[in-house]
Amino acid sequence: MVHWSAEEKQLIASLWGKVNVEECGAEALGRLLIVYPWTQRFFANFGNLSSPTAIIGNPKVRAHGKKVLTSFGEAVKNLENLKATYSKLSELHCEKLHVDPENFRLLGDILIIVLAAHFTKDFTPACQATWQKLVGVVAHALAYKYH
Amino acid sequence: MVLSGNDKTNVKGVFSKIGGHAEEYGAEALDRMFATYPQTKTYFPHFDVSPGSAQVKAHGKKVASALVEAANHIDDIATALSKLSDLHAQKLRVDPVNFKLLGQCFLVVVAIHNPSVLTPEVHASLDKFLCAVASVLTAKYR
Repeated sequence: MVHWSAEEKQLIASLWGKVNVEECGAEALGRLLIVYPWTQRFFANFGNLSSPTAIIGNPKVRAHGKKVLTSFGEAVKNLENLKATYSKLSELHCEKLHVDPENFRLLGDILIIVLAAHFTKDFTPACQATWQKLVGVVAHALAYKYH
Repeated sequence: MVLSGNDKTNVKGVFSKIGGHAEEYGAEALDRMFATYPQTKTYFPHFDVSPGSAQVKAHGKKVASALVEAANHIDDIATALSKLSDLHAQKLRVDPVNFKLLGQCFLVVVAIHNPSVLTPEVHASLDKFLCAVASVLTAKYR
């Protein structure tokens, strides 16, 4: 069980309250596909991913990014119970989607950078540390049901 | 992985925008690394690693200078950082996984201070560059 201090919970909730989930999700997924192009292997049916411009403008990327980050919002609401929260999604990513859990870590790191660029000075070291912990724990929960 | 012509241009562009702030960025990246990944402090038992410490500032300056040097000799990073590569292999022996952690923190610092510079393409190039530097520094480990 992961322990969250009162300060960590506060840092998570207050930042999340200011996040535009649609924009941030689209940006994070877009950057994942650009910075780590091998991740495009999971999105063969997304159409044009031929350039950074194409990826950022791709409506399927935007929609899927929004979906992914919306799901992340569930983590924020269920910090004490992440494994249960992501149990079905974990099974899905293993059995149907066949996604290497390393990709969850890559996306987590990208999300941190998107948040940093958006919040700049407000993304303090304490904030970064807390959010880096959160993305790590979410990645772990998503990988938990893998077999 | 290989740095393309575009990557090299992007990286040189970033460092030119960062200019004289590189040293501060180095120090801030270290501060953030110690806060976010406490295990990295094990390499600095002889340091005061509290935020803003003079030793961390000085070390951040060294790290940043090496990155600037690599960017200025981006066609041959291995030669430019050869001595540093020897040092890491023979004396420091920092586990390779830690270069990614510092790289992540450096990217965060660049994002915080220059969000408009870090377009997706530049982000990709800078990430590749940091991986290339890490590769050079660990090349002689075994």
